[in-house]
Amino acid sequence: MATVIGIWIAAFLTLAIFSFLYGDNPVYKAVEHLYIGVSAAFWFLYLWSFTVYPNLVVGIRQHGWLGKDLLLIPTVLGLLMLFRLVPRYGWWSRYPMAFAIGLGAGLAITGVLQGLLFPQLQATILNPLTSVNNFLLVLGVLTSLLYFYFSREHTGVMGWIARIGIYFIMVAFGATFGYTVMARVSLLIGRVGFLLSDWLHLM
Amino acid sequence: MTARRIVYTLVFLAVAVPLLLGIRARVKPSPPVKAAYEAIEALPESSLVLIGIDFGPSTMPEMNPMYEALLEHLFRRNLRVAVLSLQSALDLPNGIQVLEKVARRFGKRYGVDYANLGYKPGLEAVIVSLGQEIRDIFPEDAQGHPLDSLPMFRGVHNYNDIALVIDLASGGTYGSWIQFAQARFGVKLLVGVTAVMGPETYPYLQSRQLVGMLAGLKGAAEYETLIQRPGLASRGMPAQAVVHLLIILFILYGNWGFWKQWRR
Repeated sequence: MATVIGIWIAAFLTLAIFSFLYGDNPVYKAVEHLYIGVSAAFWFLYLWSFTVYPNLVVGIRQHGWLGKDLLLIPTVLGLLMLFRLVPRYGWWSRYPMAFAIGLGAGLAITGVLQGLLFPQLQATILNPLTSVNNFLLVLGVLTSLLYFYFSREHTGVMGWIARIGIYFIMVAFGATFGYTVMARVSLLIGRVGFLLSDWLHLM
Repeated sequence: MTARRIVYTLVFLAVAVPLLLGIRARVKPSPPVKAAYEAIEALPESSLVLIGIDFGPSTMPEMNPMYEALLEHLFRRNLRVAVLSLQSALDLPNGIQVLEKVARRFGKRYGVDYANLGYKPGLEAVIVSLGQEIRDIFPEDAQGHPLDSLPMFRGVHNYNDIALVIDLASGGTYGSWIQFAQARFGVKLLVGVTAVMGPETYPYLQSRQLVGMLAGLKGAAEYETLIQRPGLASRGMPAQAVVHLLIILFILYGNWGFWKQWRR
């Protein structure tokens, strides 16, 4: 019975959101507000249940504040972050922010160099004359990079190179657009499939 | 009826009619999907495969079919499967439901053939820690069983004991797996991504950082064709094709209108 009620609620909410396609209306507005309210409450509980409670509360109970994970430090940093809500002491939150940005930058720099820049660079160092694919790959990378080189005016030979680069970039945009359309249509197929199958049992 | 409403109605019909008629499509597998299939085929029996379930309900129609098809193949080949989530704990309930459904079909047992490690925040830190000792970061599974009590984790310590990592991602988690697991530890990595993310993932195939890739519903349908088990994706592809055709017609019609206007 609970499943049937759940399916009917989901079907009603789906149709209420789709009703925006006909025009803005009170049912759509109500469901939109419901979605935002439920999401906010859900995320609050979620962060408590899956991040703060298991990692901090349980950790302190098991190992104490100064145990193996030194939980005192993240607790203090976390509390300092909340001072953003108090204008007079808002600057205290800059310390945990600085910590988070420093940590993020450190991880990102090593990760991007080791896992993105060098392997991608290496993959571009190949003989462009052995196949059409190799030729297009090297040509596309070099001309696209030169398109973003703004220290010299894009005229003459440089202009031609930049123009070839923009064609490659346009092809990439086209592929991305095509894939995006496919993704959005897939989501619509999922919703229509739900309405026809789970709700109306027509499939 | 305004033109906009005509477009919406036609798109709805283009999706609904093929679904109602129950047409199924067999699509020709593309090289990235074939490579993914072959990577799994090449794994020795009972190897451990780690699957990152990093997609939520908003991308389920695209991601669930590929997840189900991959699980079908993994269990068919008698491989052990451990799932985890590094993006959000909310991604797991659906992932576990699908895992248990497919595991039941093959008579697989929890702890012996498959397990759920649960969610752990701290994406990059977790990925790096898995390269040292899995028990440091997951001392127990999601249900609270110590890892040592589960037979499938006997002798499993780090990436050296994991034959393949599959990340099913609707966000940037696959990038972290590439940067911190593949580049640092040489992990064999396969990804399933949403169609939107497909084009940005291709360069990693060319650089051989990925052993294979499935992108969107089409990738899932191609995989279903390879494992010869048409499912959700194969059922959705005819609708996908009809809508694409309709969009092409709309674009041509729109351009024809502009051209006519321009001539005047």
